[in-house]
Amino acid sequence: MFKKFISLEWKAFFRSSALTGNLVITILKIIGALYFMLLFVGMSFIAYFGAEDSGSEPLVAVNKYVLYYLIADLTLKLLLQKIPVINVKPLLTLNIKRSTIVNFAIGKTLVSFFNTIHLFFLVPFTIILVAQGHGGISSLLWFLGILFFIYCNNFINLLLDSKTNLLVGFVVIVGAIIGLQYYGVFDVTEYTGTFFYSLYSTNYMVAIPAVLLIVLWVITFKYFRNHLYLDTGLSKKHEEARTENYNWLNRYGVLGTFLKNDIRMIKRNKRSRSSVIMSFVFVFYGLLFFTGALEMYDNTFMHMFAAIFVTGGFMFTFGQFVPSWDSAYYPLMMSQNIKYKEYISAKWWLVVIGTIISTILATFYLYFGADIYLMIIAAAVFNIGVNSHLVLLGGAYVKTPIDLGSAKQAFGDKKAFNVKTMLLSLPKMLLPMALYAIGEGLIGKHWGVILVIATGVLGFAFRNTVFKMIEKVYKTEKYSTLHSYKQKN
Amino acid sequence: MIKVHNLKKAYNGTVVLNIESLEIPKGESFGLVGNNGAGKTTFFSLLLDLIQPSEGYITSNNIKINESEDWKPFTSAFIDETFLIGYLTPEEYFYFIGDLRGFNKADVDALLAKHADFFNDEILGKKKYLRDLSKGNQKKVGIIAALIGNPEVIILDEPFANLDPTTQFRLKKIIREIADDPNVTILVSSHDLAHTIEVSTRIVALDKGSVVKDIKTSEETLKELEEFFAV
Repeated sequence: MFKKFISLEWKAFFRSSALTGNLVITILKIIGALYFMLLFVGMSFIAYFGAEDSGSEPLVAVNKYVLYYLIADLTLKLLLQKIPVINVKPLLTLNIKRSTIVNFAIGKTLVSFFNTIHLFFLVPFTIILVAQGHGGISSLLWFLGILFFIYCNNFINLLLDSKTNLLVGFVVIVGAIIGLQYYGVFDVTEYTGTFFYSLYSTNYMVAIPAVLLIVLWVITFKYFRNHLYLDTGLSKKHEEARTENYNWLNRYGVLGTFLKNDIRMIKRNKRSRSSVIMSFVFVFYGLLFFTGALEMYDNTFMHMFAAIFVTGGFMFTFGQFVPSWDSAYYPLMMSQNIKYKEYISAKWWLVVIGTIISTILATFYLYFGADIYLMIIAAAVFNIGVNSHLVLLGGAYVKTPIDLGSAKQAFGDKKAFNVKTMLLSLPKMLLPMALYAIGEGLIGKHWGVILVIATGVLGFAFRNTVFKMIEKVYKTEKYSTLHSYKQKN
Repeated sequence: MIKVHNLKKAYNGTVVLNIESLEIPKGESFGLVGNNGAGKTTFFSLLLDLIQPSEGYITSNNIKINESEDWKPFTSAFIDETFLIGYLTPEEYFYFIGDLRGFNKADVDALLAKHADFFNDEILGKKKYLRDLSKGNQKKVGIIAALIGNPEVIILDEPFANLDPTTQFRLKKIIREIADDPNVTILVSSHDLAHTIEVSTRIVALDKGSVVKDIKTSEETLKELEEFFAV
């Protein structure tokens, strides 16, 4: 039976429009995956030899941070992991045991990227341990212990999916732990470090993660088996709807009409809400750069890169997919008497408002100096003046249908965020970085910021031209866009 | 009102629609029948410029549909659920369409009040988004939305499918009322011969993309069509 399931999955994968559609993006995705693999392998070397260089016993030092490693893993899984589903509905009435269906669905999550990626860290790290004279069996037990925890995270993610409130609680607890440690009140890693080390130093402690894993597995299995009914786990959650009229937007005419809809869309769909959450995360992305935490990022060139991201998170995650956000009802839009210009302006205003809000949220970067915030403001101007147009123009060619209602329960598919979005936005970073480098390097202090702002302002002058271009793309691409939007994954 | 000129639609060499000429005068109530794959939805999609003709063209009020967009202000349609915006409540959806078609809130409210019995109290104020409504109720919303803005051409694809018997009856009444208006041309497609005959003054049957029957509705129409479709 499993063989049949696997062949179904195989077909689903190779016949998906994502794969048959765009070769370039598929290749970029593969490159992205390879990059992460190398990154994790590299990390294992840095973790061991870095700790050794700083004069501490590597395994002790690493174990101190295992807690954060696991927390980061769980957070990423909660936020990003699509819960892979085999399309179970058609299978329910066939001659297949329910437990087989559930086992396969669970098994599929075990081999997902979010779990396997850790092997690229753990396996080389364990090999280094053994090669450097640590006990073979002990190292293996440690390896298994950590791996079990990773898989525990996998099940926690499955169980917590669609329970956003719990996620908030989780974030608060983690924040508290980090805060307490940072201010030296209570260092939880002292204890967890000892615990994780005991996986290595004793033969029996590995039983704890093993038992935990088995318990979680059984709970997940039972949960899914009991919810494998059309009116429970497989049913759609119905939110209570409230009619919102936003009458204050009426004065903007048709532009207001579209804005109203866009606001409702963002509020009421999981997919679009997650893009808002992502853009919020992006606001803090600059911390990696401006705090000097990472030496290779601590130069003005990379600061500009960060500034663009800090202010443009929403622009990139949302703007990238205009008009795909409206893909579900694109035939309606195309047969209504719609003024493209107003339609595009509404989206433009939306990304501009998003950028302004991000810029305001980013005022805490003033802590790192007025120059840094000046840079962020320059990046905001550039984003609004230049990138907003580029993003919308790029979006006109992106013909991936977006499944807004992908917020299904339990076995639902969650397409929160994808690598594609990130990769497509890279060129929009490089121009301001180059401008900044030229201004700062060749002319003098503050000229980088001035150059970036000037280019941003100049971008406004081309607004109508770009809007006309986008309109033209919408018109010439209309039929093929309509066709692509029909192909639902 | 609508004129078809040597219209042909082919996919990879397979002709799915081929209508040499067809004229639908203003005010006609036009029924389109045919089996699956006969080309009904293809024809309606061409009428709405959602797909491109391989050859020929359609004019609506002397406007070439695939070249100008000027037909949009006086044309409205409900083809399938892709004409609904799932995350809106029915009220929001009606007002949205109203905004686009020059109907203010009061106009829309008046129209909704007029069709209150069609909704059968299952649509308005139910605290549900369109995506959470049943297929039949979604269809009710789509059909009424297609009446917003006093369109001169109304296109309804399979409006009777998924509707309960009472609603089908009410829908027939609505369509007949529209048909009585000499300024409104209404095009309805269906698998159900009896329904179509009841609401249409003229019936065209498509088979494998070609017009095989073109008859004014009369007492014998149903028999004639049944004979044709019975194999």
